[in-house]
Amino acid sequence: MAKNKDKVVNGFNHRSPGDNVVQVILYIITGLAALICVLPFLYVLASSFATEKEILERSFFIIPKTFSSNAYTYIMKDGSVFRGLKNSVIVTVVGTAINMFVSCTMAYPLSRKYLKGRNFFMNMVIVIMLFGGGMVPSYLLITQLLKLRNTFWALWLPGAMSAFNMIIIKNYFSGIPDELEEAAIIDGANDLYTFVKIMLPLSGPVLAAVSLFYAVGHWNGYFGAMMYIQDANKEVVQIVLRRVIMQSSNLPDQAIDWGVWGQPPTKAVRNATTVVATVPILVVYPFIQKYFTAGVMVGSVKG
Amino acid sequence: MSNLAAATLEKPVAVKKKKTGNTWGKALRQHYWLYIMLLPGVVWMLIFCYLPMGGLVMAFENFNPYSGAGGLINALLASEKVGFKNFRNLFMGTDFLMLLRNTLAISFANLLVAFPAPIIFALILNELRCMWFKRVSQTFVYIPHFVSLVIVYALTVQLFNSQDGFIIKMIESVVGAGKAPNVMGSPKYFVPLILGQNLWKETGYGTIIYLSALASVDPQLYEAAKIDGAGRWNLMWHVTLPGIKGTVVIMLIMKVGALLNTGYEQIFLLRNSMNAKVAEVFDTYVYLKGVSNGQYSMATTAGLFKSVVSLVMVLGANKCAKLLGESGLY
Repeated sequence: MAKNKDKVVNGFNHRSPGDNVVQVILYIITGLAALICVLPFLYVLASSFATEKEILERSFFIIPKTFSSNAYTYIMKDGSVFRGLKNSVIVTVVGTAINMFVSCTMAYPLSRKYLKGRNFFMNMVIVIMLFGGGMVPSYLLITQLLKLRNTFWALWLPGAMSAFNMIIIKNYFSGIPDELEEAAIIDGANDLYTFVKIMLPLSGPVLAAVSLFYAVGHWNGYFGAMMYIQDANKEVVQIVLRRVIMQSSNLPDQAIDWGVWGQPPTKAVRNATTVVATVPILVVYPFIQKYFTAGVMVGSVKG
Repeated sequence: MSNLAAATLEKPVAVKKKKTGNTWGKALRQHYWLYIMLLPGVVWMLIFCYLPMGGLVMAFENFNPYSGAGGLINALLASEKVGFKNFRNLFMGTDFLMLLRNTLAISFANLLVAFPAPIIFALILNELRCMWFKRVSQTFVYIPHFVSLVIVYALTVQLFNSQDGFIIKMIESVVGAGKAPNVMGSPKYFVPLILGQNLWKETGYGTIIYLSALASVDPQLYEAAKIDGAGRWNLMWHVTLPGIKGTVVIMLIMKVGALLNTGYEQIFLLRNSMNAKVAEVFDTYVYLKGVSNGQYSMATTAGLFKSVVSLVMVLGANKCAKLLGESGLY
C-alpha cells in the first residue's frame, strides 16, 4: 500500500477544470478497455445457452430469448472436450513438474559464483536463447530419432527448460545472501542439502511465478499437440476447441435427441465448447494474477 | 542468529576454501552435487537444442530421409551435398518476396501499433487517481493474456464470422443484410485482424512492466518540476518519459530482434484458403513445407535464413542501444 501513496504524490493534487476533463476522458478510456477485454467472454457465455435457431436467425443479441442447454448436453454426450480437459491437466501438471526440476537444478549451480566452468555453461544457455536449429530439425529429432509421436513426451521434452525462466530463478538464487549457504556448509551440509533445504524454501515467490509461466504455457499450447499427436484419445483441450470451431459449419449428424429444436446446434456447440475450454483458466486467474505480476517484475531484473 | 554470526566470522575461511578449488579435479570433488545437478539441463540442451543445430546441414544438401544405411543420422550424412543451391532457390523463388512482404507487413503493424499501445495505456493508468477503479480495470485488462490463442481465435470467429458473428450482425443491422465485409475470409482484413488480436490480448498485460518503471521514477523529480511551473504535459514529456526510457529501449530491442518471428500459432489459426496469399510468413512456410509436405531441405533453408537474420538483428539492436547510452540486454 505504500506504493499507492507514492502514486498519489506522483499525481496531481491541484485540480483545474481542464484537468478534470482530462481525468474524465482517461477514466472513460480505461473503463472501455476493461469492458472490451471481458465482454467477448460474457457474450460467448450468454450465447452458448441460446438455441441454434436464435443464433442463426435473430440479429445481434446478448441475452437469448429462449434458454437452452442443448449444446451442453451435446458436448457431454460427445465427451471429447472433457477428455481434452483431462489430457490438458496431465500435460500441464507433469510438464510443469519436469520444467521446474530441470530449471531449478540448472539454476542453482549456475548461481554459484565459485562454480568452475560456470561461464562455459552460462554461454551454452545464452546461445540457445539466441539461436536454434529451428522447427524442421526438431521435428525430425522428435518423430524419427526419438520416436515420440503420439506420446505426451513430445509435449514435455522439447520445451523441458526455458532459458529465460531458468535465468529468472538463477538470479533469484544469486540474490539470497551467501551467509546462509556458508552457515549450512559449516554445519556439514553438502550442496544438495543446501539446495533442497535452504535455497528452495527461500525462493517460494519466484518458484510460484515461474511454475505459473510454465503451466500457462502448457495449458495454452496447441502447436506441439497439433504436430505430434494424432491419436484422438490424446487430444488436448486446445486441439478439441480448434477442431470444433473449424467443423462448426458441418458437424456430422448423430443420433442424438435434439428436443423441440430438431437440428444439431453446431453454432451453439461451438460456443459451449469455447466456454468449457475457457472456464478453467478464468477460474484460476484470480488466484494466480498476483504471482504473474510479481513474476514480470522478477523477470525484468537483468542478470 | 548464532549460525549467522558464526558464518560471518568464518567467512574468510570459506572464501579461502573456494579459491583453492581451482583445478577441475578439486572442483568436481568438492562440488560434485553441483555438477550432478547441472546434468539434466546440460543433457537436455545437448539433445534438444544443440543436436537440432546439427540438423541445419539439411539446408546445404538435398536431404532425403531414405538415403544411407537407414536412420536419420545416416540419411543426413549420405544425402547429396548441394552447397548454397537451396539458398539460391529460396531467394530466386517467387515465394521469397511474398514471404518477406507478408512477414514485414505483420511485424511493422505490430511494431508501430502494438508496441506503443501498452506504453500509452500505462501512462493513462498512471494518471488515474481513483485506486480501486485502477485496480479493477487492471484485473480485467490482464485477463486476455492468460487465455490461449485458440480461445482468442474462437472468440474472433464468434464475433466476426460472416454467418452469425455478433459484430458482423451488428454492422448488418445498419448497412443491410449481406453487406458487411467478410472479415475472416478476405486478404485485406488479415493484418488488421492479427493486430487486433494482439492489441486485445497483450496491451493490458504489457502495461505491467511500464507501470513498474513509472513507479520507480523519483517523486522528487515531479515535485521539483512542479515548483518550476511544469504542467501535466511538461511533466510527462520531461520527467515521466525520460524516466521510463531505459525500459522502452530494452523492450524495443527485443521487438526489433524478433521482427521476423511473427510466430506461427496465431497466424496458422487465422489463415484460410481465402487469405492465404497474405497469411504466408516464414514461420508458417517452414511448417507447411517441412512438416506437412516433407520438403525438409527447403524448409530448413528458410528457417536458417530467418534465424540468422534474427540473430544479426538482435545483436545489432543491442549494439545500437549501447551506442545510444542505454545498458542494452547483454
